Amino acid sequence: METFNFLLALLKAVPWSLALTISSFGIGALLAIPLCMMRISKRAGLRAIALSITVFIRSIPPIVWLFFIFFSFSEFVVQLNAFVAAMLGLGLITAANLAEIYRGALQAIPAGQREASHVLGLSFWDRASAIMVPQVFRYSLPACSTYAIGLLKDTAIASTIGVPEMAQVAYQISQQTFKGLEIYALAGGLYLVISFAMAWLSRSVDTGLRARIER
Amino acid sequence: MNDLLSNWSEWLPELFDGYKFSIQICTLALLWGVPVGLMLAIGTDSKTKLLRIVSICLVELGRGAPVLILLQFFYFGLPNAHVSLSSAAASILALGWSTAAYTSEIIRGGLKAVPAGQREAAVTLGLPTMTAMRIVIIPQAMRICLPPLLGFAMVMLQTTSLCFTIALPELVARANDIGSASFQYMSVLMLTGLMYAAVCIPATVITSQMEKRLSKHI
Repeated sequence: METFNFLLALLKAVPWSLALTISSFGIGALLAIPLCMMRISKRAGLRAIALSITVFIRSIPPIVWLFFIFFSFSEFVVQLNAFVAAMLGLGLITAANLAEIYRGALQAIPAGQREASHVLGLSFWDRASAIMVPQVFRYSLPACSTYAIGLLKDTAIASTIGVPEMAQVAYQISQQTFKGLEIYALAGGLYLVISFAMAWLSRSVDTGLRARIER
Repeated sequence: MNDLLSNWSEWLPELFDGYKFSIQICTLALLWGVPVGLMLAIGTDSKTKLLRIVSICLVELGRGAPVLILLQFFYFGLPNAHVSLSSAAASILALGWSTAAYTSEIIRGGLKAVPAGQREAAVTLGLPTMTAMRIVIIPQAMRICLPPLLGFAMVMLQTTSLCFTIALPELVARANDIGSASFQYMSVLMLTGLMYAAVCIPATVITSQMEKRLSKHI
């Protein structure tokens, strides 16, 4: 019975974990676009800046980013909600990683397509929206979804600044009841189940897209 | 600016002590995690069904649960089973497990990348399977996986920052102590971030150079 209550408490925290995963992935996916464009720019200066930003963001642990954003915003600007701070921090890290994934996907598009679209006189926006973006989306989907699953697990870090997601609930229950073994095993299992669900979802989307192209 | 620098020089020894601790924990976790990762890599492709199932379970659990949960499971959970670990022991065990799980996939890729002819030649020469593995396959596989393993080691160093949640006095824990005592979170966290970056940025550069050098031949 108690185990059931633990599970119920954890399940109530699942929406927080998912909301944090989705929102920080969304922020990252958008910020990664300019970063990726800088990374493949013709200007060496822009390329160097983008590379430095990427390497710098990835060289500092997520927990330090989260603390930095959470505490220094509160110190100097405005008291930031823990969820917003975690979303911004994880979004930043996601942007650095997704920019590299996008870049890999862009390189997978045959150069002939870019040349052909130039020859056809397509504008930048037509080229981007009709030719590049759909293909980048398709090529990067597997890597992006793997990253999103990793991100779900990284959201556990948000528990350290007090976002009431799964790891935070597990911590609180374990401190109140001293039944850490059960609650952490349940929490771990729950993360695993959600990861599997995400992997299944991405695979079925991927298969669907493939079926549409190969028709 | 002067205030910042004088604060930094005041905090640096304390933070540096914490950093040494982080690096020690990371090294110990890698020292037992990578060999276990190799064993799991071989185990997941084993012909013995039991060995295969056990290996796959260990890998999936180690990768599927967040490291934070693993850490807290070992530290807050195991006392229920009458096993009380110090925070350092719990960190080394949990991070080592995570290392084993992730590196097993890296190493498995490396083992697969060794041309099949090498294995066949070793068998033809009459080498026993284990010997062939030890002196022919594994050395070549390790060369292939060295860059990703180094990349992973860097990630693991950053992951030690999570041990702060189980009261391990490593870098982030020290920074947090200083921050809560002085209310200067921003400057102490800046210094902390720079300390991580000072190790990880050169490591990234070296790793990508190695990757380029190794892939030249392919």
